[in-house]
Amino acid sequence: MDFGVFAFLIQQMMFFSIPLLIVALGGMFSERSGVVNIALEGIMIVGAFISILFLYFVQDVANNGASATQINPQLLLLIALLFAAVSGVIISLPHAYASIHMKASQVISGTAINMFAPAFAVYTARTVRQVQTIPFYNWFFIEKVPFLGDIPIIGPLLFQRAYITTYIGLLILLVSWIVLYKTPFGLRLRSCGEHPQAADSVGINVFKMRYIGVMISGALAGIGGLVFVVPSAVTFDSTVAGYGFLALAVLIFGQWKPMRILFAAFFFGMMKTISVAYSSISFLAALPIPSVVYKSIPFVATLIVLAFTSRKSQAPQAAGVPYDKGKR
Amino acid sequence: MSKIRRILTSSGGMNALSSVMAVLVGLLAGFIILLISNPSNAVAGFITVMTGGFSDMFNVGMVLYYATPIIMTGLSVGFAMKTGLFNIGASGQFTFGMYASILAAIHLSFLPDLLRCFAALLSGMLAGAIWGSLPGILKAFRNVHEVISCIMMNYIGMYVVNYLIGVTGIYDQFRNMTTRVPTAANLPSLGLDEVFSTATAHGSVRNSSVGSGIVIAVAICIILYIVLEKTKFGYELKSCGYNRDAARYAGINENRGVILSMTIAGGLAGLGGALLTLAGAGRGIAVVDVLAVEGFHGIPIALLGLSNPIGIIFSGSLVAYLTQSGFLLQQHGYAPEVIDIIVAVIIYFSALALLLKGFIQYFLREKKAADTDIAGTIEENNGESPGDASFEDDSESGSFNGSKGGDI
Repeated sequence: MDFGVFAFLIQQMMFFSIPLLIVALGGMFSERSGVVNIALEGIMIVGAFISILFLYFVQDVANNGASATQINPQLLLLIALLFAAVSGVIISLPHAYASIHMKASQVISGTAINMFAPAFAVYTARTVRQVQTIPFYNWFFIEKVPFLGDIPIIGPLLFQRAYITTYIGLLILLVSWIVLYKTPFGLRLRSCGEHPQAADSVGINVFKMRYIGVMISGALAGIGGLVFVVPSAVTFDSTVAGYGFLALAVLIFGQWKPMRILFAAFFFGMMKTISVAYSSISFLAALPIPSVVYKSIPFVATLIVLAFTSRKSQAPQAAGVPYDKGKR
Repeated sequence: MSKIRRILTSSGGMNALSSVMAVLVGLLAGFIILLISNPSNAVAGFITVMTGGFSDMFNVGMVLYYATPIIMTGLSVGFAMKTGLFNIGASGQFTFGMYASILAAIHLSFLPDLLRCFAALLSGMLAGAIWGSLPGILKAFRNVHEVISCIMMNYIGMYVVNYLIGVTGIYDQFRNMTTRVPTAANLPSLGLDEVFSTATAHGSVRNSSVGSGIVIAVAICIILYIVLEKTKFGYELKSCGYNRDAARYAGINENRGVILSMTIAGGLAGLGGALLTLAGAGRGIAVVDVLAVEGFHGIPIALLGLSNPIGIIFSGSLVAYLTQSGFLLQQHGYAPEVIDIIVAVIIYFSALALLLKGFIQYFLREKKAADTDIAGTIEENNGESPGDASFEDDSESGSFNGSKGGDI
């Protein structure tokens, strides 16, 4: 395999891995605070939909985004990411309310959001545009980052043919790690997910921490939705192709720890890349392996890993259990 | 009067009432959405949502046709729920059931018609059962949470089926889906399609797609009700759901219970897939990377039906009714997805059972207090306000809170 193919694979892998990384980190904040969030898929859809709708309205899509050329594309993408984050937080609030205040089954309220999100996106799109796809003008691609792109080896791998979202994702990883392990807030958040009664006894507001945990997961899942759509399409069709569920698998694969989540996301992203691009990579295309194998490897691998790790899993002890003050 | 109240305040009655309230809130949300998107047609549209499925015999027949597979997936989710498991994998099991039934219906052409249809149904059920048993085995022996393994199995099932369609010779490349099931292998319609038909303006008669599938689905609901409520086997499975530790203490093999109930749940979903493909309406598996939606519709149906097989007949019919109304809603210029939003709101509020039950309690207590002063003071001494009314007894709907194994 020559270096060009390898660099291409890494560049492609980033497009799949970074959204998984961001969304799984979001799920990590929620579950570490004690709330299971299977609504990630739905939140991604809402985040992507609202932000793409924003792009659709500010860009003149028919004229190749002519009216939007006044503004720097990267800045526009950042504003869109902000929209995605805010809408993600908003849609995650019903889930937080149901699972924290109402002590409802967290799986059911998450399922409700997963069902609501695509219906909401399709319905709104059809009401606004008559068709269910929302186009946007994709001019966010960075052919080569100045200076950094010229570094041998690292340059082609990380700083060529990329989106700014890649760096945002890695930044989020770094910040998440610092917040979770190096700040009092992170310690409190983790304590609420491990033993909320003990956390409460030392004056931590468990409800507040859990709300914050779910809201962070909403923001990151919303961002992840847009980050997933931007490199892969020029329209949004009210789906994120199961990436929210895949992110859940990444989260478990990564054992609720930021750095392991990064490796899990890279693994899943690489598998996904191979399943999409294997026919154009000569040595893989020559192998007599049908694409179904590559497509299902991430899921099969998750099952196998779970089968071997679930007995001594490092899942937050109290994840999925509503906090009840009176409980011993 | 007091008897009615006793029924309403009983655990089962309370759960049923909160289901009804969840439906009402969902419909209200739907109306609000119609109002926001186009106020001028909202009332007409909402009337269509409410009455569309009953507007003529053809629509009633279509409601029954749509109800058949989702009653089965609802039953699949509900049965697992009764035994303390959340079967979110009905989609993959359903797809496998569809695939196996199409495969059998096409390749077993040497069998006589009715036997061929029966073999196709059976293979659909078996395929679903096998697919459902895997998360059960993983849960029982490796403590893998069934929600995650089911989600994984959904995707693996979809990819594997799409692959198998190509290599087992049932791929129709012009339609990019499975080959049509031959009419000879279809379920007998029992003349139901002609009963539920409507004469069109051109003088011809428009038959609906309903057939014996709905009869089979309802019969299986009744059988499952008997199994769950009247047999030792059903009691053992349910006791695993109520309290796994107590069940083990009582000498019930809980691992066997988990595997069996997931297998049965998978079989039900698979049979649902078979009933859909053999209904004679030309439904097959489109070879695209999209999960079968019927499996996910099973979740709200099971929740609304309180996981009770008889309740699921009604909740399945309700969702099918709304679906059919959604098609008719398009004539008012609304997208049919509003129905999915309504269903999502219904699920959400059925998760908020605590809140709804609190409201019902509050409402009933107000009336009680008006009836007799003494009753009112007794209630007050209990010190329950709607906000913090705590209902630990979720057993009727089969809660997931009791069993936390593995991790999500």
